[in-house]
Amino acid sequence: MDKKTPLVEMKNIHLSFGGIKAVDDVSVDLYPGEVVGLLGHNGAGKSTLIKVLSGAYQADSGEIYVDGEQATINNPRDARAYNIETIYQTLALADNLDAASNLFLGREIVNQFGLVDDDAMEAETRRIMGRLNPNFDNFSSPVAALSGGQRQSVAITRAVYFNARILIMDEPTAALGPQETEMVAELINQLKADGIGIFLISHDIHDVMDLCDRISVMKNGKLVGTENVTDVTDDEILSMIILGKKPGQAA
Amino acid sequence: MNKSIKNFVAAIGIDLRLVGMVGALVALWVVFDLFTGGRFLTPRNLFNLSVQTASVAVMATGMVFVIVTRHIDLSVGALLGFIGMIMGTLQVHILPQYLGLGHWSIWIITIFAGVSLGAVVGAFQGWIIGYLMVPAFIVTLGGLLVWRGAAWWVTQGQTVAPVDTTFRLLGGGSEGTLGDTLSWTFGVLATVAALVMMIQSRRRRAKHGFTPKPLWAEYSLGGIATFIIMGFVIVMNAYPLPKGAVKRYAAARDMEIPAEGLFISHGIAIPVVILLLVGVAMTFVAKRTRFGRYVFATGGNPDAAELSGINTRMLTVKVFALMGALTAIASVIASARLGSVGNDLGVLDELRVIAAAVIGGTALSGGIGTIHGAIIGAVIMQSLQSGMAMVGVDAPLQSIVVGVVLVLAVLVDITYRRRAGL
Repeated sequence: MDKKTPLVEMKNIHLSFGGIKAVDDVSVDLYPGEVVGLLGHNGAGKSTLIKVLSGAYQADSGEIYVDGEQATINNPRDARAYNIETIYQTLALADNLDAASNLFLGREIVNQFGLVDDDAMEAETRRIMGRLNPNFDNFSSPVAALSGGQRQSVAITRAVYFNARILIMDEPTAALGPQETEMVAELINQLKADGIGIFLISHDIHDVMDLCDRISVMKNGKLVGTENVTDVTDDEILSMIILGKKPGQAA
Repeated sequence: MNKSIKNFVAAIGIDLRLVGMVGALVALWVVFDLFTGGRFLTPRNLFNLSVQTASVAVMATGMVFVIVTRHIDLSVGALLGFIGMIMGTLQVHILPQYLGLGHWSIWIITIFAGVSLGAVVGAFQGWIIGYLMVPAFIVTLGGLLVWRGAAWWVTQGQTVAPVDTTFRLLGGGSEGTLGDTLSWTFGVLATVAALVMMIQSRRRRAKHGFTPKPLWAEYSLGGIATFIIMGFVIVMNAYPLPKGAVKRYAAARDMEIPAEGLFISHGIAIPVVILLLVGVAMTFVAKRTRFGRYVFATGGNPDAAELSGINTRMLTVKVFALMGALTAIASVIASARLGSVGNDLGVLDELRVIAAAVIGGTALSGGIGTIHGAIIGAVIMQSLQSGMAMVGVDAPLQSIVVGVVLVLAVLVDITYRRRAGL
C-alpha cells in the first residue's frame, strides 16, 4: 500500500479563527481502499481539518494533493468535483425536503428543458435505497419526519451515489442504534473493497479498532501522530488522545 | 374532521392544510352572506373581491420566497408607491412629449420600465442582505422609509393623473375585463391545461413504475379542478356591466339598446388574469426549477444548502429581485385600478402582503410555504375586510378582528404542523 500514490495528501495545513490555532501544521494522507481514523477530543481540530478538505473552510496555508496533483478547494463544489464527499455529523439535510430532493441537492436530475425531474430522482432514490437500506420506504415525506437511522441513510446515500472516491464520515454512528451501526460498518467494508478511501472521525475506540487501518490523533490543533492500528493497543491510542503522547515515548 | 373525508383527501393527494384554508374561506363567505342578507355571495361582490385581491396577492407570491428563505421584506408597500409614481410620471408627463398622447406603445414602455426598476431595486436590497450581511428586516425597514420619501420627491407630492387608457384596462374597471366569450375561452383552456398536466404526471409516474393513485381519485381531482375553474367563469360572467358602461359599449359597436336593457357580462377581470398567470408561473418556478428547489432547501437548512454547493448569497439577491419585479406588477394593477397615482399608494401594503403569506401557511422559521396558499391567504384577508365593511363593523373593530385572525391562523398552522411532526 505504501508504494502507491496517496489518494489524498493534506500537507502542513494551518487554520486560525481569531488568534486561536484550530489546525496547526497538520499533515495526513489516505490511500485507496484504506480507512484512516481521525481521533481526538472535542475541539481537537479534527472536524475543522476535515472541513478544509470538504471545502467548507479554507486553510490559511498548506497544500492538498489529490492523486499526487495539487488541488484547489475553495468551496464544497470544488471538493465534489474531486469526488470528495462528506457525511457531516449534523447530516446537513434540508429537513423540509423529501429524501430524493436531499440526495440530489445541488446536483438535480434535469430534463431536456433544464427543469428538475422529480420522478426520475425518486426512481433513482428508490433504486439505490433498495440496495443500501432495503427497509427504507418513505419517499414522499420531508426527511424531518424520518427516524435517525433513515435520515442517516439519506446522508450516506448522498455521499456514495455520486461515485465518491474519497469519503469523509464525521461521527457516522453517533446517533444510531446497534443494528444501524452494524449496517454502517458493513457499508464501510464494502466501500473499502471498492477502493474508496475513507476518513472516519469517531469518538468510539471500538469503531476505530474494528474499521480503521490507520489512525491519526489530534490534540489542541496539532497532530500527535499517525499509527497502524495493528501496531498499537487501545491503551496506547487512549494515551495519545488524552496525554498527546506518542507510543514508545517515555512517560 | 370526519375520518372518511380525511381518507378521501389523503387518497387524492391534496394537502390537508389547503383543505382547511379553503374550508375557512368558504365558512367566512357563508357567515358574511348571512349577516349581509345575501349581498356578499353575489357575482358583483365576488367580482369586486377578486379585483381588490389581485395587487396584494401578486406580491404575496413573491413574499413566499422571501419568507421561505428566512428573510422578510417590509419595503414592498413603499416600493409599490415609488414605482407607481415613476410609471405615472413616465406615462403622463414624459412619454407623451416624445410619442404623442395616447400612443399605443406608452403602456408597454411604462410597464417594462417599472418592472425593470422593481427588479433592480430588489436586487440592490438583496445584495446588501446577502453579501453585506445586513439583516433583511433592517434593510427593508430602511427601504420602507427611503422609497416612500423618494415617491414624494418624484412629483413633489402631487398626484399624477390620468393614466394611459390602455394601461388603465389592467386595473380591471368595467372595461378592463375579458368579457364573456374570452372568459369562457380562458376557462376552457385552463381546464384542458390542468387535465393534460394531470394525465402527463400520471403517465410519467407509471413509466417509472410507481404505484399510481386510484383512478377514482384522479377523476375526483379533475372534477374538482374543472368545477372550480368553470364555476369561477360562470360567476364572473353573471355580473353584468352597469347601465352607463352598457351605453358606452353599445355606442362603440353601433348597437341599439333594446327597451328591456342589454346584458353584457364583465367576465374575468384583467388584473385577476394577471394574478392567475403570476400564480401559475411562480408555482412552476417553485416546483420545477433548480432556483425554486434551492429557495426551499436554503430555507430548510442554510448550512446544508451551502455545503451542497448552492450559492446562497446570490440566491438572496435573486429572491429579492423577483420580489421587486412582482411589486412592480402589483403597482401596475393598483395604479391602473385607481386611474391615478397618489402619495398614499401602497401604504401598509407590506403588512397585508406578509399577513396574506402567513395566513396562507408560510412559516416565518423558513422552508415552508406555497404559492396557492399565499393567494388564498390574500383572498381571506380581503374577504374579511370587505365583509366587515359590508356588515357595517366599525373601522377600529375591523383592524382588531384582522389582527386576531392573523395570530389565530398562525397558531392553528403551528399546532397542526407540530401534530403532523413536520
